[in-house]
Amino acid sequence: MSPSRWTSRHWQQSLDLAPVWLSGAMLSVALLMIVALVGLIMGRGFSALWPVPLWQITLKNGSSHLGLIHATEFIPQTGDSVKKPLRRTLFRIGNRDLYGNDFVWIDDDQVISRMHPADVVIIERLEWGPFYGFLKQMRIRGEAIERQGPQLWTVLQQQLPRARRRYRAIQHLQRRTIGDISAAMEQHRLALRRLELRSRLTTPQGQAQARAHQTAIAKFQQQYTHVAEQLNRQREDDATYRIVLTDVNGRTKELPISAIVRTYQPNRLTLVGRVGVYLDRLREFVFGQPREANSEGGVAPAIFGTVMMTLLMSLAVVPLGVLAALYLHEYARQGFLVSLVRIAVNNLAGVPSIVFGVFGLGFFCYLIGGTIDHLWFPEQLPAPTFGGGAILWASLTLALLTVPVVIVATEEALAAVPDGLRAASLACGATKFQTICRAVLPSALPGILTGTILAMARGAGEVAPLMITGVVKLAPNLPLDHVPPFVHLERKFMHLGFHIYDLGFQSPNIEASKAMVYMTALLLLTIVVCLNLAAMWIRGRLRERFRGAEV
Amino acid sequence: MMNSPLLTAGRPSVVVRRPGTSPAAPSSVEGRPNIAIEVEQLSVWYGKIEAIKHVTMQIPERRVTALIGPSGCGKSTLIRCFNRLNDLIEGLRIEGRIRLYGQDIFDPSRDVITLRKRVGMVFQKSNPFPKSIYENVVYGLRVNGEGRRAVLDSTVEESLNRAALWDEVKDRLYTSALRLSGGQQQRLCIARAIATEPEVLLLDEPCSALDPIATAKIEELLYTLKERYTIIIVTHNMQQAARVSDFTGFLLMGELIEFDATDKLFTTPHDPRTEAYITGRFG
Ligand SMILES: Nc1ncnc2c1ncn2[C@@H]1O[C@H](COP(=O)(O)OP(=O)(O)O)[C@@H](O)[C@H]1O
Ligand SMILES: [Mg+2]
Repeated sequence: MSPSRWTSRHWQQSLDLAPVWLSGAMLSVALLMIVALVGLIMGRGFSALWPVPLWQITLKNGSSHLGLIHATEFIPQTGDSVKKPLRRTLFRIGNRDLYGNDFVWIDDDQVISRMHPADVVIIERLEWGPFYGFLKQMRIRGEAIERQGPQLWTVLQQQLPRARRRYRAIQHLQRRTIGDISAAMEQHRLALRRLELRSRLTTPQGQAQARAHQTAIAKFQQQYTHVAEQLNRQREDDATYRIVLTDVNGRTKELPISAIVRTYQPNRLTLVGRVGVYLDRLREFVFGQPREANSEGGVAPAIFGTVMMTLLMSLAVVPLGVLAALYLHEYARQGFLVSLVRIAVNNLAGVPSIVFGVFGLGFFCYLIGGTIDHLWFPEQLPAPTFGGGAILWASLTLALLTVPVVIVATEEALAAVPDGLRAASLACGATKFQTICRAVLPSALPGILTGTILAMARGAGEVAPLMITGVVKLAPNLPLDHVPPFVHLERKFMHLGFHIYDLGFQSPNIEASKAMVYMTALLLLTIVVCLNLAAMWIRGRLRERFRGAEV
Repeated sequence: MMNSPLLTAGRPSVVVRRPGTSPAAPSSVEGRPNIAIEVEQLSVWYGKIEAIKHVTMQIPERRVTALIGPSGCGKSTLIRCFNRLNDLIEGLRIEGRIRLYGQDIFDPSRDVITLRKRVGMVFQKSNPFPKSIYENVVYGLRVNGEGRRAVLDSTVEESLNRAALWDEVKDRLYTSALRLSGGQQQRLCIARAIATEPEVLLLDEPCSALDPIATAKIEELLYTLKERYTIIIVTHNMQQAARVSDFTGFLLMGELIEFDATDKLFTTPHDPRTEAYITGRFG
């Protein structure tokens, strides 16, 4: 064998392998990008809540700062090129109420000393973001507690659960009790208005009803005054439990204990303590209410809104898509028109989602919702009930957006059902409808489910059309609560996707919200993955059932 | 030399009762069976293609009638006319008449569902539903609205017994039918077809995908089934036709060339084309 022959053969072999190598490389690039993206989100998301030590730094100009290292960067030096580039550090110094700013850039060459003061505390509170400083004093009902240092800290820890109970009681009175009273009053007011609109106030019966409503309103008004007094008393009492804090430069700040969300001494925390703080923050993030323009606290309402909207969307899109596909594949006469419809459906998937949003706003919110308001809720007008953004309209808009996915998947699944099965069913004396229900649809079910999953995953991540059909940055009430009729499809809702956009780009304090953005992105990703896993599991079960087991 | 099918075929030949093949309870007068299905001048077009050309024949009750012929000659098209399964095909046109015990099956006032309950069918490729064995057998009853457990249970046992499958599956009635072997699946399809107590059983090449042992089982089965059902079987296997059938029709390019008692057709064919086919000179 001559070398030249070997070379040419070698070349030939390489050429044969080229497509394999190329596709492998492309796949690796795609995988790498996905892994990098997920890795970034996971890394930033998971580390965002980890409690890190606090630095106290003193500068050449004599001032001191207390803060967490947030970021560092190098600034190239102009002029003398021999000089090393200067590093500067972004510190999160908290105490927004004192400084007006959470962050400060400090050039490293200005720093004289840095250290971890042991008794420094971080107070996460309901307002103004975290406080970094030192615990000076505690006053309960006007009396100062005569303790110092660690002992004072222990007393504070003992007081915290009680403060939380007081806070919860106040919240309950304020939101639940007073909320229910005003809702009931509103109901009666609307009933009165309804009577008025139907000009029933002239009939004796109508007048009797009106009087009943007025008495009820008066009764609730009394109740309200009573509860408001109670609330005031509780608030005043609560405000007498206070702590006094000082910042690094000795400025003092007084705070009611019930305003504390969480407090810890970052430079004294053991590993177990850190994990504890981390888990507590994670719990608050997933189950808590948002605070401080969403930049702190939790995203529970957004999780709830996202899941409920996705479920409502599936409820709408599955019947719509499956019936449409059944018609196209099983009933319609195959021809030019049906091909045209099919092309139209496929193109629907390419329409920008914001266009669907505009359509949803015009058609669902204004046209259908407006009509509903005029017919059934005239007493509320001009305030819209269904005539504005609502979780129902947002879900239906997304259902329209994702229906092509379901139609295409269902049609494919139907086409994969062997004709022999249809023939067998018909030959047994089944009608066409029975054949579809009993033989065709069960066989196509895994495929239909796949389409539904894809639609759900697409819908859960969509934001643009929601922004104009019902998503808000802060919804006062969930679309599902204890007030009859329990499901409030006309309410606006919060959504994780919109939350990300709002925090990351609309927030007044973007740097402080960054952690929440990563966390929320991670959460949305998790929800979508969970939806997919759940559906895959269901599909697997169905397949298994077809193969064996009981049917 | 165009032979009119009217002259050569379609004429019910004198049927000689073959010894040993007589049905248990022949509803016939002096050995001549009654006619279950009469086909009269049947023509079927797929669009412009005429797949069945002026076929006339009479299918006797409770006998096995085989339809043989090279592939593409229209056997399936013909047999699917008997339960009007061709109705689904777009562009299909049928002329002529088929009578099931004297009633025109194409009569628009007659219900096609009722017809299909009277005429069961088994297909070339076994096609059990992706359901349990039990649910496969009772499918015809269920779509008929029968829901009584006792009725369904007894039907399952009886049908599977008649299809010679009961002993093999009685312990796993509720497992998926798709786990059965090919031969078992085909017998399950037969059980499914006879569960609704049809009068006629159509089998379109039921053994073409099966191994010899499974084939033998199904042939044996046909032998017992014809005591209760009128059976029409399509096959392109002449040995099979000779073994199982009492009558045989030979189709060629949509024409019924010859129709006669099986032993006659195979020993003394009238038409030279029949002879050529059964001696294996073409097809
Ligand atoms: N759905 C159909 N559309 C058009 N032509 C068909 C269709 N089915 C069968 N044919 C044609 O009709 C003729 C008879 O087919 P078929 O009855 O399936 O033959 P066989 O079962 O004897 O093999 C063939 O020429 C075939 O091409
Ligand atoms: Mg065929």
